[in-house]
Amino acid sequence: MPDGAASRLERGASVRLDKVLFSYGEAPLVFDVDFAATKITAIMGPSGSGKSTLLNLVAGFETPRSGRVLIGGADVSVQPPSARPVSMVFQENNLFAHLPVEQNVGLGRSPSLRLTEADRTDIAEALLRTGLAGKEKRLPRELSGGERQRVALARVLVRDRPVLLLDEPFASLGPALRDDMLDLVAGVHAERGMTVLFVTHQPQDARRIGQNVVFLDNGAVAATGKADDFFTGAGPDAFRRYIGSGVGDAVSRDIARKRT
Amino acid sequence: MHARHPTDPRVTAGVIALTAIALLIGGAFAGLLVEGAGDLSGAWAAFDPYLLRVVRFTLWQAALSTLLSVVPALFVARALSRHPRFFGRAFILQLFAVPLALPAIVAALGILALYGRAGYFAGLFSAVGGQGWPGIYGLSGILVAHVFFNLPLGVRLFLEALQTIQADQWRLASQLGMGPRPAFRLIEWPALRAALPGVAGLVFMLCITSFTIVLTLGGGPAATTLEVGIYQALRFDFDPARAVALTLLQIALTFIVVLALTRLGTNVVGDTNLPVAPRRYLSVKATEAWLNAALIVLALVFVAGPMAATVAAGLGADLGRLAGEATVRQATLTSAVLACLSALLSVVLSLALTMARRALALNRRAGPRTMLEHATDTGAGFVLVVPPIVIGAGWFLLLRHAGDVFAIAPVMVVTVNAVMAMPFALRAVRPAYDVGSERHERLCAQLGISGWTRLRLIDWPSLRRPLATAFAFAMALSLGDLGVIALFGSDSVQTLPYLLLARMGSYRTEDAAGLALLLGLVCLALVMAAHWMGREKNRDA
Repeated sequence: MPDGAASRLERGASVRLDKVLFSYGEAPLVFDVDFAATKITAIMGPSGSGKSTLLNLVAGFETPRSGRVLIGGADVSVQPPSARPVSMVFQENNLFAHLPVEQNVGLGRSPSLRLTEADRTDIAEALLRTGLAGKEKRLPRELSGGERQRVALARVLVRDRPVLLLDEPFASLGPALRDDMLDLVAGVHAERGMTVLFVTHQPQDARRIGQNVVFLDNGAVAATGKADDFFTGAGPDAFRRYIGSGVGDAVSRDIARKRT
Repeated sequence: MHARHPTDPRVTAGVIALTAIALLIGGAFAGLLVEGAGDLSGAWAAFDPYLLRVVRFTLWQAALSTLLSVVPALFVARALSRHPRFFGRAFILQLFAVPLALPAIVAALGILALYGRAGYFAGLFSAVGGQGWPGIYGLSGILVAHVFFNLPLGVRLFLEALQTIQADQWRLASQLGMGPRPAFRLIEWPALRAALPGVAGLVFMLCITSFTIVLTLGGGPAATTLEVGIYQALRFDFDPARAVALTLLQIALTFIVVLALTRLGTNVVGDTNLPVAPRRYLSVKATEAWLNAALIVLALVFVAGPMAATVAAGLGADLGRLAGEATVRQATLTSAVLACLSALLSVVLSLALTMARRALALNRRAGPRTMLEHATDTGAGFVLVVPPIVIGAGWFLLLRHAGDVFAIAPVMVVTVNAVMAMPFALRAVRPAYDVGSERHERLCAQLGISGWTRLRLIDWPSLRRPLATAFAFAMALSLGDLGVIALFGSDSVQTLPYLLLARMGSYRTEDAAGLALLLGLVCLALVMAAHWMGREKNRDA
């Protein structure tokens, strides 16, 4: 664990899925896994392996058939989504299209938009941090795709929950923009030290900011470990097959770019 | 299995709405049953040859109306589809949408102004026939009015069916050098045939439950339908036993027809969505072009005629005096207030059902649908099975023991019309709500936005326009309705259609024409506003 982590230890909360069984009509999914507090964990796996479902279970959009979801040691299995210490950023539709940027962010503080002066200061700060200063009054349709996701991140800052769930939020952005966004997430993580669960299809994304990796296959956790181990060839066979040979080059390219 | 989250308030709203609707319809049935059971022999005796004749006429006029509307509609629609650039095509299609908005009593008056004994054509017809023109009353009047309403509807529905033919098929047809005959047989007819049962069924249903047309244009016992029979049994003969028998027959009849319709997959609401000028790849020969043009012009004249006559006759009335009359002002005010309340209720009911349906669908995920979800979904459309007259008759019978039946006229007009307009309102509200929910559901759950806050902050901004559309449409329907007010109306509670009927009954034709013009214009304006608002919303999205 890097130095300086001690100060943010109390910020992030651990996430644990305790023998969680879930079925969505078809084959059942079984999750039994721990996510370390204050770490960024990349969740990877083939389509249909249950990545998004796992996040939805943690966020409370899905209810397990049996088993428990624990956040910071407390059982949140029956809590509604808004009561859980969690923020989630989706791939799209993170914003209310008819509300301007600052109100979309403000909803993170008060669901009825009753905001105090202090709240407004926090909102302005969050917008500044995410590079949206001056765009407070814009409507989502007047923003680019990247800017819209920045607004969602600004709301995460204002909401200030110990767990952040990212469900492929940058999948539709171009490579350079995606890197910018990942760096923004990494930066925010460095300041706030929340626990981040990050679903992605892109090995380079996982490599860029992920500290741990959880690999899902066939509706269950197939492997867990340090990101470095996974990407240096020490990962399980299934993971290597999923990544494929071509992507190995992308990984090394990514490393090269990172080092320069 | 973990306990579910507390009941969604949206589901509660839907349950309340369903209860209210069930109470309205159930109360009517209770009234009928109590009355029928109280006078069993009377109800049984009501099944006499006269009743049989009424049933026969109801079916006969509906069948004839359907035939006369649907067959010409097939060919007019085909003619319009062969000429995507026909001069004034967009205007014709707009005009063909007008009868949907026009109150039946206004159309009936327009038809009388044109073909009636003292109509604009009376002189011509008398000269041709060599004797005095008797005017169209009875079966001929009913048929003309029903075709006036349903020919344009059929044209629009068939045109929609023709436009589902893919452009590739037309490209192929022109490449293979298909003439109009094979093109009709191989390309157009299959599309039309697929739509035919649905359209014919819808028109038949509309004609079977048509009340105002038969009341105003039908003549005496020879040309009476079940619905008018119910009205006469209650208002004139005061024969509750006969009313019960007629009502039960009417319910059975509509039930069978609607059941058949749902089997055929009919769009029971009957509105259409037509692009203005689709691209086509075909050349039409001069002879066919002239034939098509003649067909279109003929249909146009037939549909536009009564409208023009309504306007001309209305302008001929002493509008200044009418506007000054206290009764007219009172009726206008009553109509406006009742229609507003009815539209409001209709919109609230629709919104409640929409929200409940969506919430239930989200909760169940992949499981089978519950009865409640069915009720909030397709169940709402089935209120059309129960004609307003039937509900009115039930409550009329139930409440006549409890005191002054006419005192509850406003309540009946508001509630029955609200429920009748609901299927139309639902069609405006539901898609918008479902799209919004699709986008915002998880976000709202996460941020804890629910209840009134959600309605105010999230749903209202995106639903404002569709709700306004639903409101305007429901208001137009309620404003033009004569069914319920015909039963419950009295000198103390008069709406515009009721006053119109009264003026017609006392042969004050000029007054009636003036009122018809007013009523028609208001309804038309409302429906146009509804369409305009609906379109604006689509552009934003």
